[in-house]
Parts: sequence; C-alpha cells; structure tokens
Amino acid sequence: MTEPLVQARQLTKHYVLRGGLFSRRQVVRALHWVDLTVYPGETFGVVGESGCGKTTLGRCLLRLVEPTFGEVLFRGENLLQLDRETLRQRRRYFQMLFQNPYLSLDPRMNVLNLVGEPLVTHTDLRGRALAERVAALLERVGLSADHLYRYPHEFSGGQLQRIAIARALALNPLFVVLDEPTSALDVSVQAQILNLLKDLQAELGLTYLFISHDLSVVQHVSDRIAVMYLGRVVEVGTTEGIFYDARHPYTQALISSTPIPDPQARRSRVILQGSVPSPLNPPPGCSFHPRCAQALPLCATEEPRLVDVGDGHLVACHRAG
Amino acid sequence: MREPLISVRDLQVHFHTHAGVVHALNGVSFDLYPGEILGLVGETGCGKSVTGLALLGLIPPPGQVVGGEIRYRGQNILTLPPAQMRALRGGKIAMIFQDPAAALNPVFTVGEQIELVTRRHRRMGREAARRQAAEVLRSVGMPEPERILDTYPHELSGGMQQRVMIAMALSCGAEVLVADEPTTALDVTIQAQILDLLVDLKRTRGLSILLITHNLGVVAETCDRVAVLYAGFIVETGPTGAIFQSMKHPYTQGLLAAIPHPSSRGRPLQAVPGTVPDGLQLPPGCLFHPRCPFAWDRCRQERPVLREVADGHQVACHLYAGEAER
Ligand SMILES: Nc1ncnc2c1ncn2[C@@H]1O[C@H](COP(=O)(O)OP(=O)(O)OP(=O)(O)O)[C@@H](O)[C@H]1O
Ligand SMILES: Nc1ncnc2c1ncn2[C@@H]1O[C@H](COP(=O)(O)OP(=O)(O)OP(=O)(O)O)[C@@H](O)[C@H]1O
Ligand code: SF4
Ligand code: SF4
Ligand SMILES: [Mg+2]
Ligand SMILES: [Mg+2]
Repeated sequence: MTEPLVQARQLTKHYVLRGGLFSRRQVVRALHWVDLTVYPGETFGVVGESGCGKTTLGRCLLRLVEPTFGEVLFRGENLLQLDRETLRQRRRYFQMLFQNPYLSLDPRMNVLNLVGEPLVTHTDLRGRALAERVAALLERVGLSADHLYRYPHEFSGGQLQRIAIARALALNPLFVVLDEPTSALDVSVQAQILNLLKDLQAELGLTYLFISHDLSVVQHVSDRIAVMYLGRVVEVGTTEGIFYDARHPYTQALISSTPIPDPQARRSRVILQGSVPSPLNPPPGCSFHPRCAQALPLCATEEPRLVDVGDGHLVACHRAG
Repeated sequence: MREPLISVRDLQVHFHTHAGVVHALNGVSFDLYPGEILGLVGETGCGKSVTGLALLGLIPPPGQVVGGEIRYRGQNILTLPPAQMRALRGGKIAMIFQDPAAALNPVFTVGEQIELVTRRHRRMGREAARRQAAEVLRSVGMPEPERILDTYPHELSGGMQQRVMIAMALSCGAEVLVADEPTTALDVTIQAQILDLLVDLKRTRGLSILLITHNLGVVAETCDRVAVLYAGFIVETGPTGAIFQSMKHPYTQGLLAAIPHPSSRGRPLQAVPGTVPDGLQLPPGCLFHPRCPFAWDRCRQERPVLREVADGHQVACHLYAGEAER
C-alpha cells in the first residue's frame, strides 16, 4: 500500500463574523470535521455547490488560512505544528492555482518576474540563468521565450492560466491544489488547459487536488472524488464509484441535475427542492435532511458519520451501509 | 407552415470605440417560432448578449445596428418609434439576465414590483393586483407566494430572484422571453429547477424563449432548436436532435468534442486550436478559417452563407455547398 501524500484529520474552519453593537457574534461553519487522504500521483477531485467549503478546504490543506481545528499531514508531518521557517521551506512542495488568472497575477509584473518570483525567493537563480529557466517553463506550458517581457493585459484568459501554471510549477512542487482552474474559460480553451494539466502531471509526477463545481470536468480528470455539502464531506469514492454507484442522496441529485450534451441521454431527473441552507445556521442532524427525499426521523437529530461501505467508498448517510 | 414570431435577418451591429470599429454582429439570421425554446450558443464575446439586447432595442451606445432587420409578427421593430418600442419591451417581449439582483429594484418589495408592472399592463385595483401577483408567483413555482410578496429582493436566493424576474415577465403579458444565461450564476441543483420552469412555461403557456447559453448540456436538455454563433455570425442552426446527432459545421463539431464526456475519460480532449478572432479585425472569407482543419483557398476569400442541408438544418460552410458550385 502506498503511503499517503496528504492527509486531513478532523479538519475544521469556522469563521467568526463579529456582530454589530446589538447583534450576536455569528459563526460560519465553512469546513467541518473533514477527513481525507490523497495518494501520490493521483488526481483527487472535490465537487460541491457554491459555498460548500471547497476553497476553504484547499487553503487549509496548504495552510494558507489557519484551520480552527484538526491536522494536516504532509508526508506524515503535521503542517499545523511547523514553525514559520520550516513551513517556508516546505511551501515549495505545494502550490495553489486559482480560478481567475486576471486576479491572481499582478498586472504590473512582466512574465519573467511573475514566473521567476518563486525561484528568486527559494533558489539562487538570477539573471540569465533565471531567464533561461523561466523560458523553459514557458515552453513546457505551450508559450515561449518571446513572451518573457510581456504583461498580463497582453494575454487571453487561457494564456494567462498557462502563465499561472508555469509559476505554480517553477519550484517542482509535489502537490498542487487546482481551485476551479478552468471555470473562467470557454470550453475550447478549457480543453487545452485540462490536456496541459494532465500532460504535466504525467511528466512531473504531480499530485492534484482538483476543485470544481462542474461534475463533467471532475469526472474527466479525477481518479477519486469527494463530494461536499455545507462544509462536510458526504461521500468519497473512485470516479466510477461516484458516477455509477453514488450512495448519498445529495450526490445522486447532483449527478442527475448536471446537464449532459446529448439529447438522447434525457434521463429521469431528481430535481431537488429548495436551496442550500446558510452555513451560519446549518440544520441539525444530517445537514441535507431538509432537502432529502429519503430522510428518516433520525436524520433531523443525528449527524451521520462517514463510513466505509466497501472498497474504500465512504458515505455519510443513515440510509447507506 | 408556421409563421415565426420573431424573424432576424442579416443583423449587423458595430461598436464605435476609440480603438476602432468592433464588428459585434456580422449577419445574424434566425427565426423564433411560437411555443418553442431556441438555444443561442457560442463562446465568450461571440455576440449572444448583443443579439438578445437587439430584440428589445436595448443595444448600449456606442453600439449601433448598421444593417439587417428584426421582424416581430411581420413588423420590422428596428424602425418603430421609441414609444412603441418601449411598449413592446414592457409587454410582449421581455428579458431576464444572468444577475437578477442587478435587474430588481432593491428598495421595493417583490410584491410592489410585480404589482407595478401588472397594473401598467392592465387596469386594476391594488387588492386585485396583489392577488394576481401572488398567483403569478405561484405559477413560477415560488413556495409561500403570499409571504414572498412582502420580502425585499436581497432576502431571496439567486434562484428565487430569477423566479421573480420570470414572474414579472409573465405579468407584463410577455409572449417572447429572451433569457440571457439565466442559470449561469446558479448552482446546478437550482439551475435544474429554473430550466424545468422554463420548459413548463413553454408547454403550458406557449411562451417562446430565446435561451442564451454557453452550455451545450443546457441546450441538449431544454431546447427544441439551436443556433450556433461564432464571431457574430450564425454558423449552424437546426432541430436540437439533428444538430447533436449530425452536426455539420467544423466549429460546432469542435465545440462539442471539447466538452469532457464520460467516454473521454483517460483520453486527451479535442481542443479547438487558436482563439476567437478580434472584432476589431475580422479575418476575410469564412470567419472560422484561421482555426479550421478543413480550410482551403475558397474559405480564405469567400464568406459562406447559411444553406439548408436537411429539413430545417442549415449550415454556413463551403464544405456543404452544392457539388456544382464547388
Ligand atoms: N474570510 C471569510 N470570512 C467569512 N466567511 C467566509 C470567509 N471565506 C469563506 N467564508 C464562507 O465559508 C463558506 C465556504 O466558502 P468557500 O469559499 O470555501 O466555498 P466554495 O465551495 O469554494 O464556494 P465557491 O464554489 O463559490 O467558490 C461560505 O459560506 C463562505 O461565505
Ligand atoms: N459596450 C461595448 N463596447 C464595445 N464593444 C462591445 C460592447 N458590448 C459588446 N461589445 C462587443 O461585442 C461583442 C459581442 O459581445 P456580447 O456581450 O454579445 O458577447 P456574448 O456572446 O454575450 O459573450 P459572453 O458569453 O461573455 O456573455 C464582443 O466582441 C464585445 O467586445
Ligand atoms: S442521512 Fe438522512 S437526510 Fe441525510 S442524506 Fe441520508 S437519508 Fe437523507
Ligand atoms: S467554410 Fe471552410 S474554413 Fe469555414 S468552416 Fe467551412 S471548411 Fe472551415
Ligand atoms: Mg471556491
Ligand atoms: Mg453575454
């Protein structure tokens, strides 16, 4: 059995919203008691609707925000207990790529500086050697040395995402969190970027946490998938396990709500009623119970635990198992 | 033969900017029939929103219609006096947007806003208008319509706000609804609810809908017919089934092949090489030729026109020109 690369244990992030003079302090349960394991070389997909905690999970795993509780083990070492200097040294092994390259790349920096910055911070490369290394990175992502001295506004969204990828890969990371890397792009450009990410993974032995709200994309890229709802992981399985043998009623609804570009495939759809409740005030028991067609009386009071229903397929539902 | 409710012919829209003339629409032609959902698909910047806005006479400056016509029940609405255009817009033709919050007035309750348009449309007392507002909210699937009447837009979720927008369109007596990416900002489970509602309104009320989207999945599941836009030009149009089963235009084929699909797992996706042309500098000939794997000399010189290849299925591509012509 391979050793895990990244593990989260009871990972929890609560944001405290300070109330006004007369209003009470409120707590947003952004991420709650999440356990997951990512193995080297795999693409671990994370899906769920807006606000379910996907970005918070990614940020907590890389300690870009401080979790409220829990552990993050990177090759067995608890990241949350490292001192600043050790954490700084570890940082080169994990990177995050964001949805919107227009926002994540500083418009005042040229490509050489954007991609070269992490190299300057973490290595002795300077001058010509630095420019050569950056040019090599650009070529790897389908750009060229001609682009070294250009600025972000001179590029299309797809090209900018390539630059952001080159920057993320500059230090040969082991683990990359991809947070909706193609959500801002058109499908034809999305295809180019997804292909590039796959090629780079094979070439460099990368491990990905791939966050998306688009089920078709997650299905295409992932080896295993976690489904999140209101800050919790409700189901984890292989891609086949999730798409052909979903056990959680929410996963089933999510799959059946996703439009497929094939009119022949018109299916009977489970249309969920209502909308996602606020994480400020999550329902007691199973947080999905107000929308669940299969809810039992127990579901309103008791929170289901994530249990193995066979072959590592994990489900948090009183009906599963 | 059914008469189209809306007929757009060779519509051309330019934006006169500091950088030059942006050719936003370069000959858009399509028909919208009563009681159907026509999907208008294409990638960012291809002119979907400008087309939708043109149907309501709402193209923002510095945009200008420089050619073509838009017929509603046979009458060219581009030549209507402003007052008549306004009446049409507040009545028979309505539009909803991706961001309903921006389209709703934040300082009035949902009830007040619906009552306002209802009473503009038909003379009636406040009591009756309120009853009718509750009724129309119920008809768009709003839970607890009486309570919702007294809420403000910001108290509602995105999906509920979109239902309110649709309710307002119905209150005006709209028979054509232009829906510009109405579910793009919504979660998929909520998107499914809204799309279901649109299909339901088409069936029960005979509403005609121009559904603008970049999502071919949404088209496949809701539209009766499709028109594919590329660089402000319709490259292919036809019944949804025919388009998905035997799409003809190289761009449409490329667009579909680029979408991740269960059968594409573990294989590279087919990306369309290159990028969409800049509206400031359109290529000569076929607008798609710089990216087309089949392009030949003729494609670089002559702009293809829409030609019928099967019943109701039209394609603008020299590959399908008659044998003699080729
Ligand atoms: N800095 C913050 N302060 C307060 N609340 C926050 C903060 N960051 C996130 N949240 C809340 O935490 C919850 C989870 O947010 P998160 O961004 O992780 O969701 P997400 O799944 O990434 O959503 P999306 O699909 O919209 O990106 C949301 O309710 C969000 O409003
Ligand atoms: N106010 C404006 N000034 C200049 N050009 C404009 C303006 N509005 C639109 N355009 C141009 O018109 C073209 C079509 O724009 P439109 O908004 O219709 O695209 P779209 O298909 O709706 O794209 P998206 O999917 O991003 O909404 C674009 O090339 C755009 O640059
Ligand atoms: S625990 Fe109960 S409410 Fe929650 S998903 Fe399972 S059946 Fe539905
Ligand atoms: S006309 Fe020519 S360039 Fe245009 S789509 Fe057809 S084959 Fe390609
Ligand atoms: Mg996010
Ligand atoms: Mg638009």
